[in-house]
Formats: sequence, C-alpha cells, structure tokens
Amino acid sequence: MEIIQQLVNGVSLGSIYALIALGYTMVYGIVKLINFAHGDVFMVGAFIGFYSITVFDLGFFPALLISMTACAVLGVLIERIAYKPLRNATRIAALITAIGVSLFIEYGTIFVRGAQPEAYPGNIIPAKSIEILGVKISTQSLLILGTSLFLMVLLQFIVHKTKIGKAMRAVSHDMDAARLMGINVNNTISATFAIGSALAGAAGVIFGVYYTKIEPLMGIIPGLKAFVAAVLGGIGIIPGAMAGGLLLGVIESLVSAAGFSLWRDGVAFVVLILILIFRPAGLFGKNIREKV
Amino acid sequence: MLKINDINVYYGNIHALKGVSLDINEGEIVTLIGANGAGKSTLLKTISGLLKPKNGDILFQGQPISGKLAQTIVKQGLSHVPEGRRVFSNMSVEENLELGAYLRKDKQGIREDFEKVYQLFPRLYERRKQLSGTLSGGEQQMLAMGRALMARPKLLLLDEPSMGLAPLLVKIIFKIIEEINQSGTTILLVEQNANMALSIAHRAYVIETGNIVLSGSSEELNQSEQIKIAYLGGH
Repeated sequence: MEIIQQLVNGVSLGSIYALIALGYTMVYGIVKLINFAHGDVFMVGAFIGFYSITVFDLGFFPALLISMTACAVLGVLIERIAYKPLRNATRIAALITAIGVSLFIEYGTIFVRGAQPEAYPGNIIPAKSIEILGVKISTQSLLILGTSLFLMVLLQFIVHKTKIGKAMRAVSHDMDAARLMGINVNNTISATFAIGSALAGAAGVIFGVYYTKIEPLMGIIPGLKAFVAAVLGGIGIIPGAMAGGLLLGVIESLVSAAGFSLWRDGVAFVVLILILIFRPAGLFGKNIREKV
Repeated sequence: MLKINDINVYYGNIHALKGVSLDINEGEIVTLIGANGAGKSTLLKTISGLLKPKNGDILFQGQPISGKLAQTIVKQGLSHVPEGRRVFSNMSVEENLELGAYLRKDKQGIREDFEKVYQLFPRLYERRKQLSGTLSGGEQQMLAMGRALMARPKLLLLDEPSMGLAPLLVKIIFKIIEEINQSGTTILLVEQNANMALSIAHRAYVIETGNIVLSGSSEELNQSEQIKIAYLGGH
C-alpha cells in the first residue's frame, strides 16, 4: 500500500507541475517563446494567496480566485511591456528578456517584502483523511487534485469550445491567416498569457497549501521542472503538458520512495536529457523535420 | 469599389511594388496576372492589411484602408483567400468556417451562410467534422474560399486558387468563382494561369517586377501579342 500512497503524493505534486506547464506550453504554442518568468508568476500567485488568507482572512477558494485574477493581470503586463515590443526580434533576444523579467520579479519581490519565507496557515483546509481501500488520502490531496483537474477540464473547454479558444488555436497555427479572419492577434496573445498566468497563480496557492513554506525564489525549481514537464509532453501541446506534469510528479515520488530522495531534483533533468535524445518532439508531439 | 493610387511597398530594402495603381468596379471579376515574384501576392497582402504601403492610398468603397489593421478591413467587407490556402489544419472543416465568421454576431445570418457555403461546396459538407489537414488540395482550396465567404465579403481577393490542382479541379474552382461573382461578390483574382483567369475575368492587369505594365478588358489582353508570348504560351 506504501506504493499507492506514493503514487497519490506523486499525482498531487504532478498536478501542480501540470498547472504551471500549461502556461509554458500555451505561450510557446502561440508566440514560440519559452517564458522563463512563468515560474515567478507562480511565486507571486503563492504570495497573493498567502496575503489573501492571512491579511484579509479569506478561505481557500476566494484566495485562489484573487490570486488567479492578479496573476492574469501580471501575465498580460509582462507580455505587453516586455515581450510585445520584441515580437519580430530574434528568438534569443526574447529569451534573454524572459530571463531578465524572471530576475526582475524575483528580486523585485525581495525588495518589496524582504527575502524571509512565510508559512501558509495549516488550518485552511480541514486536515482529515479518508481511507479508500486501505490507502489514506488526506482531504488536502483530494482538494488539490480536484481543483487541478477542474481547472484543466475548464481549460480544455475554453480552448475547444469558446470563441477566444478557437482564436488562440488559429493564431498559434498561422498568425497571418488568423489576421485575415479578423482575429485581433494582440488581444488573443494577451488572453493566452492571462489564462496561462492564472493557472500558474492557482498552482502557487495550491503549492502553498500543500507544502506550507513559500519564499521569493520558490518559483525557480518548480518553474524549471514544469518546463521539463512541458517538453516531456511535447511543447505547445496542451494535453501533453498535463500528462508530462503528472508523469514527472509520479517519477519524482517514486524515486523518493525508492530511497533516493536527494536525487529527486536531478531526476527531472535526467528525464529532460533522455526525452531530448530519444523523443525530442515529446510524448504527444509529432516529429516534424525542419525544412531546409 | 476598390481604388489603389500609386502605392509603394518595401520588404526591407527590396522595392516590391513601385507605384501601383488599380481600380475595381462593383460586380467585376478583375484578374491580376504576372510571373513568380512580380508582386501579385504582395499587392493582395497590402490591400488586406497584412503589409503596410510606404505611401500612396487604397480606398475601399470610398474609405481609406491603407495601413489599417487586417481585422478592420475584414469588417468592412473585404476578404482575402491567401496563397497556399492556409487553412487551420489542426481544426475541423466546420471550425474553419466558424472562424471565417469570427467578426459577425448575427447568428441567423451565419447559419444561412453555412448553408450557402455547403451548397456551393457539397464536398465540405460531407467532410465537415474532418480535420482540414486531412483534406486534398482541391478541398482545402474550397475550404479557404468558403471560409472567406463566411465573412460575407463585398470584395473577395483570391490568390492563386489553381495552384497545384489538377486541370479538372481547376475548372470546377473557376466555375465556382464565376458563381460567387454572379451572386453579387466582386472579385480580384491573382493567377499565374493566365488562360483560365482571362477566360472568366472582365478586366485584367499585368504586373511585372512591381509595375503594372498593361491593363484592359480580357478580350483585348487575350488578343495582345505581348501577352500571348509572355503568359499564354502562344507563339
């Protein structure tokens, strides 16, 4: 039963990675940019959730909503201020800018509130546990899983059934053809950043509730791992990011369970190297040979 | 309906359109013929707002549209079927058509136009649930045209609809272009297949390295020795 317990942990952790990875993959799909500031949006989301809970005395769901909204605005601001002027620049210029934005948010946060960590209060979600077939699952895990799954289903609905979702897919497939349909490309790109960042914000609050400790540099490692998850699933492919995140979470938990918990972080990058060697387009990706 | 006055367009240092002027009257099919790289597609992209002219102006129904955003121009009733069809291959035929009506809010009218497009292209109706990337070249051309019609355009720009299609399909596509025109849509048709284009157009312009070198009615151009040698493969 120990192994199933670990799997539950892995899926919980993985759903956090998946939520962050979705933002990476959506943004890459539409502007072909790895937004390295995305992990820091996740961090800002965790702090906004923290302050909503401790200062304004709100519950989990209101805090989650506030954090998602604020992060959506932050994501749009980042795009408009930092990336939009570079849309026709080389990809390396945009990538370096993304790293700059990432450092700016990290050290801006430290400048504003200091570098000290905070702890999410432990009583936001009643700490009961339910026994299912001899496996103890905490209500926390269930709530985290439920919230993540709900957000992912909601995202699928938005992308496939709504007008803005169809515009997003059209722009990511062919920007000029989308323009000819009358789609406002700038607004569509902003919407993509808003949705991706809102998911990162949600991941931040969920992370805070689950792991308690948050600090201004907390976005770096989960951000990188979510990037690995996005590549694992196939960058630009939304279901790929979900699967990649969950898979990575489970792999990490199993490595910990096998007694190699010090190797946990390393394993994610071993996965990245392996996928780049053997299946560079990712699990869900098609191999497209670049035409010369 | 469309009046282009002395526009100049550059790609970086390359002077792609050198003082091009052109007129289209309501109800006409006007064709623009010319070799590869003469500037045909550049002209269409400039009209539909994908490229900005350096100077000169473009009037559509009396309104200046040069330098405006593509979405504004589509909304005014000018649709562009780009070269190479550019269908959204990751989406179904139906979704592609829906995107064609992206700016419209009149649900009833959109439903009617779905019917019209399916009537014009029964093949698209058969394949409406299929991913458009799995369609044949001819079907994709039909889809690209149907998608543009979903915006209910007054002027339709067609860029090389015959490209890469078998002769029989080219005939079908051209017949449909005539039908679209007869139902009240003005058409600017860009073609390398000058024979076919002149056979359905009322008037024609010939473009060479960014200059309009000749214009006239289709009959006149069909007779012209210069055209025969350069574009019609005659001797």
